[in-house]
Amino acid sequence: MKSSAIFIALRRLRAPIVVLVLVYALGVLGFVLIPGVDADGKPWHMDIFHAFYVISYTATTIGFGELPYAFTDAQRLWTILVIYLSVFGWTYALGSLLALGRDRPFQQALHTQRFARGVHSIAEPFYLVCGYGETGGLVCAALDRAGLRVVVLEQDPARLAELDLQDFRSKPYGLVADVRSTDALRKAGLEHKRLAGVLALTNDDEANLKVAIAVRLLNPEVPVLARVRNKAVAANMASFGTDHIINPFTVFGEYLSLLLRAPRVYRLLDRLIGSAASPEPKARPLPRGHWIVCGYGRFGREVVACFDREGLDVTIIEPDPKRAANRTALPGTGTEADQLHSAGIESAVGIVAGTDDDVDNLSIAVTAREIRPEIYLVVRQNEQSNTPLFAALGADFTVVSRAIVSEHAVALVRTPRLECFIDRVISNEAAGEAAMTRLEAAVGSRKVTTWRTGVHHGAAPAIERALDRGQQITVEHLLREPGDRTTSLHAIALMLFRGEDEILLPPPGMPLAAGDDVLFAGTAGARERQRMILADDNVRDYVVLGRDIPGGWVWQRFGPKSTPLPERPVAQDGGSGNTAS
Amino acid sequence: MNIEKVVFAFFIVLSATLNFGFVYGEIDNPAHHDVYELFASVVVNIVAMVLKFGDRTQVGAVHLATSIVAVLQLIAASIAWAWFAHIHGSGIDAAGISTVVSLSAGALLANIVSLVLLVSETLALRR
Repeated sequence: MKSSAIFIALRRLRAPIVVLVLVYALGVLGFVLIPGVDADGKPWHMDIFHAFYVISYTATTIGFGELPYAFTDAQRLWTILVIYLSVFGWTYALGSLLALGRDRPFQQALHTQRFARGVHSIAEPFYLVCGYGETGGLVCAALDRAGLRVVVLEQDPARLAELDLQDFRSKPYGLVADVRSTDALRKAGLEHKRLAGVLALTNDDEANLKVAIAVRLLNPEVPVLARVRNKAVAANMASFGTDHIINPFTVFGEYLSLLLRAPRVYRLLDRLIGSAASPEPKARPLPRGHWIVCGYGRFGREVVACFDREGLDVTIIEPDPKRAANRTALPGTGTEADQLHSAGIESAVGIVAGTDDDVDNLSIAVTAREIRPEIYLVVRQNEQSNTPLFAALGADFTVVSRAIVSEHAVALVRTPRLECFIDRVISNEAAGEAAMTRLEAAVGSRKVTTWRTGVHHGAAPAIERALDRGQQITVEHLLREPGDRTTSLHAIALMLFRGEDEILLPPPGMPLAAGDDVLFAGTAGARERQRMILADDNVRDYVVLGRDIPGGWVWQRFGPKSTPLPERPVAQDGGSGNTAS
Repeated sequence: MNIEKVVFAFFIVLSATLNFGFVYGEIDNPAHHDVYELFASVVVNIVAMVLKFGDRTQVGAVHLATSIVAVLQLIAASIAWAWFAHIHGSGIDAAGISTVVSLSAGALLANIVSLVLLVSETLALRR
């Protein structure tokens, strides 16, 4: 049976209630046995009914007096005893009740019960976030801003207390629990039918792995996103089909490669994933030449692997010779000028301060810049609390692994298909450049969001009805402004999924088929406008055919029948800048 | 031997025996039914019920349910007795005592179920 607060309460209150019952019984018995006299002085025995009456008002300190007849001295003696006994009994019972309210296990049980009941009653799609660390906090805040419901599991009560202090639109349900416990996952709604996704974001790779396995086994339908640092664990997760695996260091290695080879593609990904509000690029292109990498841990290894792939000349500085087993590395941390000189900083174009200690990284960066002010600085930030220091430093590229994880997690959870696009663009830079050109033309420097439009299962009813009738609808139709069909929405189509086929950057005139999924990128406003085309037959007809159809039933039935306008030629792209490639 | 088990079994058996002792006799003969035995029966049944609080097993739940039934029946019997003896004005006559006894006979049935549970549980342990 499930643990519930009522059982704990009953168990704790067992002794006080028994004591109270016995005190009452003893009191009643005494009054029945002790002889009294009635109003005429004749011997009289109190019956049980009256004895219980007397005890009831005496024990509760109400004290009506001596009923029904004045007591004898023996009865009075007994009354004194009953008063003290019953006061003790009630004090004990009430004291136990109050202590129960302050009892930690009891409070915990109450809280768990409230949590489970709250999660059970969620009626909208929600996400389960395991681990409310700094990454988890960023992800929860972002999901909440996007209007999505969140349930949180976190082991550390102090971290979870932050949940109460943060401002949320709809407050997430949070529980202090070990995410490795299947029972906790169940209570958090692992088998709930509205569960839309699980995000395993703890600091512990093993715990994330356990969550991923539990989800696969207990609710295989639900997508899982897991954060990992260890490549072996990542491979393990991939082996049983974890949907999204985010290794911040691998992602950063890819970013570095892109910054070297195709900075515009990096910029595209930054805008799609990072939802960067500022049109300014986060980082300028990386210069080619001699690089110094300080720290050869997991982070440093990814960076060096990336530089090796690109054929750059790298010098490694690492204090622990065991870590740099297969590479020649200069001993030291890189915080001293001598070490940087011997690594050849005079001729270097860039330096990566990638140790797991923020003070060392800052020290490396400041020293390097003193020696060579124009050097390209890549700095790794480990602690959130050091953000002001890193902001003051103003490195060319500040790497915050939790920001990478949280941005990716939110983007992939909201638009799962985005990962396909990212993978394709990373391997096909020309397509990435083209996508960036289209995006800049259509959206400019506005804030970008991504979404998927499915032409199936009633997600786009108006379009599905039109396709059923054999009407031709193209990708470009979905990008017209519902208020004025000659202008375009601030959005582009990134990818079209048709069965097994993935069509990167579908041409504007491409006709849609039932069952298609289209991945769009554009402003949040554009997404709202597009929903009108998808849902409303009249808007669709206006946008596709240029017909303004009366809306109401009466007008449709008896109003003038308008003849459809000729289909607007698809090639007419002049009015819509977004499709120019 | 476990003192908790002894107390538990003691109260269950005692509540059944007291209950039986009160019910035993001709149903409409007030002389066969002692009101003090009813009183003792109520008290012991309440204690037995409280002792069953907080057991999370399936058997524990049935135990508690039978005790609640017995206590409710016995309290109803006591109220009926108080009604006939003091409020109704007729005193305890044949009709009054039959009502009280039949209500506590119902409680006896619940107590017997409780006894059966206790015995079968003990036998299942085989030690």
